[in-house]
Amino acid sequence: MSQLSNNPMHLMVPESPASYPEAASLPGSLLSAASLTPESVSEILAQATVLECENPLQRAKRLASRRIALLFYEASTRTRTSFELAAKGMGADTTLVSNLSSSIEKGETLKDTGLTLRALGAESIILRHPSSGAPWLLEHETQLPVLNAGDGMHEHPSQALLDLRTMLNHLRSDKERVTAKTLTGVTITIVGDILHSRVARSNMLLLPKLGAKVILCGPVELLPDTAALAGPGIEIERDFVRALGQSQVIMMLRIQAERLAGLHIDLEEYTASYQLTEFLLAKHAPDVHVMHPGPIVRGLELTGEVADGSQSLILEQVRHGVAIRMALIDRALRAASSQEVPR
Amino acid sequence: MSAILIRGGLLIDPAAGIEALKDVVLKDGRVAQICDPGGADIGPDAEVIEASGLIVAPGLVDIHVHLREPGQGHKETIATGTAAAAAGGFTSVAAMPNTVPTNDSPEITRWMLAPERGAAIRVFPIGAATRGLKGELINNYGALKAAGIVAVTDDGHPILHDEIMRVVLINATRHGLSVIQHAEDTRMTSGCSMNAGSTAFRLGLRGMPPEAEYGLVERDIRLVRELSGENGHQPHLHVAHTSTAQAVAAVSRARRDGLRVTCEVAPHHFLLTEEHIGAYNTNAKMNPPLRSAADRDAMIQGILDGTVDAIATDHAPHASHEKEVEFERAPNGITGLETALGLSLRWLHHGWKLPLNRVVSLLSAQPAAVLGLQGRGTLAAGSFADVVIFDPKQEWVFCAKNSLSKSKNTPFDGWTMQGKVLWTISEGRVVYKAEGLA
Repeated sequence: MSQLSNNPMHLMVPESPASYPEAASLPGSLLSAASLTPESVSEILAQATVLECENPLQRAKRLASRRIALLFYEASTRTRTSFELAAKGMGADTTLVSNLSSSIEKGETLKDTGLTLRALGAESIILRHPSSGAPWLLEHETQLPVLNAGDGMHEHPSQALLDLRTMLNHLRSDKERVTAKTLTGVTITIVGDILHSRVARSNMLLLPKLGAKVILCGPVELLPDTAALAGPGIEIERDFVRALGQSQVIMMLRIQAERLAGLHIDLEEYTASYQLTEFLLAKHAPDVHVMHPGPIVRGLELTGEVADGSQSLILEQVRHGVAIRMALIDRALRAASSQEVPR
Repeated sequence: MSAILIRGGLLIDPAAGIEALKDVVLKDGRVAQICDPGGADIGPDAEVIEASGLIVAPGLVDIHVHLREPGQGHKETIATGTAAAAAGGFTSVAAMPNTVPTNDSPEITRWMLAPERGAAIRVFPIGAATRGLKGELINNYGALKAAGIVAVTDDGHPILHDEIMRVVLINATRHGLSVIQHAEDTRMTSGCSMNAGSTAFRLGLRGMPPEAEYGLVERDIRLVRELSGENGHQPHLHVAHTSTAQAVAAVSRARRDGLRVTCEVAPHHFLLTEEHIGAYNTNAKMNPPLRSAADRDAMIQGILDGTVDAIATDHAPHASHEKEVEFERAPNGITGLETALGLSLRWLHHGWKLPLNRVVSLLSAQPAAVLGLQGRGTLAAGSFADVVIFDPKQEWVFCAKNSLSKSKNTPFDGWTMQGKVLWTISEGRVVYKAEGLA
């Protein structure tokens, strides 16, 4: 073979830097599910329950006169509304800046928008952005705790946490404390447009940390083989029925037409192979829990009957969103007040 | 012009096959004499540089730089870029034509070469192969060559159309010019900002498949093969910044078949992998992108086994505000002129034990030969008095903010380098002298 592979000097190459989840992010930030540990997840889950159960009048005093900015460069219903309700429910002052109707339209950069929000008193920023990695840039430039509310095709960590809370609610008696073994024996299959899905990435990085097995299922155009290398505990099964048969939870994804970038998907062929129907559920997975991060496209990745059916947890997921996001905002602002922020 | 005597250094001149203690006399912009220590024939007014314990080598030659003028002086000017080059030990740089406007006329070539640009060292412009780098209308190579270009390329806008590339090769060969191709099938890389693979998947970024590079290299080699020998012509294809194992292998096969195909590798491609993107570091974004560890190893292998003809930096300065943006939106490229020698000595020489004269050759004699730069890359008597004098043992830390380039976009900030440039002499003038030297 080559001179190189026989050479004992093979280690004579520069060391790679710490890969990004390990790269320190600020306390209170949540940029990637990869940075979460069973301990930090337990803290967030426990705080979500505390906040959810608290008397609303009491809760509204928690973050009175604290300022948090929602910076949204992409359309959003669930995420934006639940972050906003979460912040307001704890009494925080929120401001929403979207790419429409702001100076972003005039070409202001993410860095300058972030610095402007900080100068206006924002103590933390919740960011939804079409470019993968944008939250790292914003955190680096503002030195504020940043909550990633979805970055490009990369991650959506608060969604993974609310998905986890939804699952624990049905699969486990304790939904406040998790360990590396909590989900041992549980298989979660994520189906569909994995390539473009930030929800899939965050879930596949989070769930195996708690012992779960994650199966990815979809056609090769939407699910490259390399996806299995994203982390431990991830497998690929391209046969939908076989994946369905071994799952306790099935998470359906929307085909993200806005990110296909020239990729052509035959939707008829796709629905024939991967659409979740009442028939399939009854035949292969009568006890499986059906989840979907939304927005759903009825008649495409799943039928309307499945979405509205008894196995569906889709609206319950939305409800868990508010509790989880209260806990994340609370965590971010506690970190913000415990450190001297340069102004 | 007074003479310079470089006394007592270890002369490494790979083109002349010399590696010995020699005195070097420079006079009137040329190398006047190479002689055994103490044997120099000079007048009393000659400037003397004491070089004992140091390496005296031909001034380095970088055949792939972006000096950004005309048109993008906020990133770099010919003056600042060549000052950085001189600090890095370079005395000749070949400047890519993707300026604003592009270098596709003799007027622009002459503008770049005018003394008013304030170049510290020799600049060799490379002409645009087609008008505006659009891959449609072929430029007038005769007129461009007369104005001073040394090769043609469409650089970052590779020529995909077979027929256009064929005519570019034919016309360039007719005028004795090399064709440089940035090999990237852009039909496969739209919207991509890094190498394809598991790291791109994890980061949620679209990836450029290696086929986009080596597929075009193979296409170009096929065209060169078809044209070679036709009418006695021997086209020369130079593959810019190879980054994939298959591209280097294709070049090696072509050469075994007797074709005139050469290639260069940039220091970042023999040192870094896609993992160095870390948390979306835009200073690790360039095109071709950082590849897998296997590709990086293949670049080292290609350098060690001689397949790679030259180390070239692809020095690509960008202003800080242009890089402080979302990874996908950031422009491609990093600076490289001040770090090429220090990185090559540290990793190729001290790490991989590549002999010093091979490192020097890859940075001087060989790149000069690739573009046929007469009298460059050697210190044989009569050559241009282009010299670099460096201390091969001295370690130093590169600090981007002290860079002489206008831009500081480098992934090597804070890296330890080996081999400190002490003097750079361009055509008999000292154009760089390290701090603290008398």
